[in-house]
Amino acid sequence: MPRLSYAAPASVPDAIKLLAGAEGLAKVLSGGTDLLVQLRSGRTRPELIVDTKKIPGIIGIRETEDGFVIGAATSGAEIGENAALVAAYPGVVEGTNLIGSTQVQGRASLAGNLCNASPAADSVPALIAAGAVAVVVGPNGQRNVPVGQIVIAPGRTSLAKGEFILEFHLPKPKAKQSDAYLRFIPRTEMDIAVVGCGVNLTLDANGVITAACIVLGAVAPTQVVVEAAAKAIIGTKLDDAALAALDAAARAACNPITDKRGTIEFRTKIAGVLARRAAKIAYDRAGAR
Amino acid sequence: MSKIHVTTTVNGEPAEFLCEPQESLLDVLRDKLQLTGSKEGCGSGDCGACSITLDGRLVCSCLVLGVEAEGKTIGTIEGLANGDELHPLQRKFLEHAALQCGFCTPGLLVATKALLDANPNPTETEARFWLAGNLCRCTGYDKIIRAVMDAAAEMRGEHA
Ligand SMILES: Cc1cc2nc3c(=O)[nH]c(=O)nc-3n(C[C@H](O)[C@H](O)[C@H](O)COP(=O)(O)OP(=O)(O)OC[C@H]3O[C@@H](n4cnc5c(N)ncnc54)[C@H](O)[C@@H]3O)c2cc1C
Ligand code: FES
Ligand code: FES
Repeated sequence: MPRLSYAAPASVPDAIKLLAGAEGLAKVLSGGTDLLVQLRSGRTRPELIVDTKKIPGIIGIRETEDGFVIGAATSGAEIGENAALVAAYPGVVEGTNLIGSTQVQGRASLAGNLCNASPAADSVPALIAAGAVAVVVGPNGQRNVPVGQIVIAPGRTSLAKGEFILEFHLPKPKAKQSDAYLRFIPRTEMDIAVVGCGVNLTLDANGVITAACIVLGAVAPTQVVVEAAAKAIIGTKLDDAALAALDAAARAACNPITDKRGTIEFRTKIAGVLARRAAKIAYDRAGAR
Repeated sequence: MSKIHVTTTVNGEPAEFLCEPQESLLDVLRDKLQLTGSKEGCGSGDCGACSITLDGRLVCSCLVLGVEAEGKTIGTIEGLANGDELHPLQRKFLEHAALQCGFCTPGLLVATKALLDANPNPTETEARFWLAGNLCRCTGYDKIIRAVMDAAAEMRGEHA
């Protein structure tokens, strides 16, 4: 095994130079709750670890005129403590706070959850549903990438050599817009999602849905944006017929695997159930705005 | 490649050590700083036996690199008692027999201390969720929760 080196650059250009200049595999370190486990098991064998946490702004949350900026390495615990973010994006925050234990929350970040590229990552469906954008920096400058375009396959991202995520931008929610995330696990804590579902809804003054995004996790190799599910409920007040159509559309979008946590049939059925439940929660939250 | 020199603060005292990049902070605490109170149950973030605070945040020290401790403030189980005087949490764990083999106990105490620092008056449900990342194979958890709730009440001054 090649010797591992570690660097903790204090600026974006220094981090890019290190990542781009590495001969072998270079890995970005945020909270380490995936990377250190994989390092120990031998699943990943980098020659360089670049700890980005000394880069100014990569930890922390800022509220701007356009919405929120969340530093890529901000911990789940810090995200859950930000009252303004919790009020604006309860679904994004509840997804993020479902990751692991209190201890894991003390370190786990959005960038790590996303770039580990697990189909079951709990923060990702609500982030995609919210229209979150990842600010990617690298040797060729900066590009803004919708979160849904980062993961391309289990364990693989669209980031090029030398690139990493600096921060996430969440748009300012509209009047009567809100979100929700639900997952199913066989226990009440500390498990990996069998199915996850993020829903983001916008209503008009009469409670009619004018915009919707429904995103499923753990039912396909990557997160799935279910456009048919959005169509099924836009223009409705989420009545029983709309919920039934939503359920059917969510099930139709599934392409899951069978593993010890659930069969294909079970995952597909639960996707419909969670889509309905999460949509109801998001609808009530949006209506209460 | 040479080892990395790290300067940090552990339980309020300055500390320094040399370590390899891949060494965990848990290994550094135990093997280099002789602070063997933190335990390794799993090495993968699942059991909480290695719980410490890093700049005040509860984390698993098995999932922190030793080199990440540079410039940080670390709190371990060794910092809980005041000399020979046990912390109320430690006393209550003994009174309630909230341990058998004791392997999980340092992690549970550090985690509970972090809970009560953040929330001195937790409900039982809040305490159970907060401690869900601390596994115990012996006690069945109930005595632990009794001890936590009792210690919290005493620390709020409700027994006086
Ligand atoms: C006990 C335990 C329980 C867990 N439970 C859950 C759970 O319930 N739900 C869930 O979704 N996950 C869970 N996880 C997995 C993990 O905690 C999350 O995926 C977490 O969000 C990873 O974030 P991190 O900051 O620790 O990532 P790291 O481990 O630092 O990084 C993960 C990956 O992302 C890359 N990366 C990190 N930062 C960046 C960046 N800025 N730019 C580009 N790439 C980057 C790394 O190179 C690495 O490949 C659990 C882990 C443990 C140990
Ligand atoms: S040894 Fe760190 S969580 Fe088990
Ligand atoms: S007392 Fe033995 S593991 Fe908890």
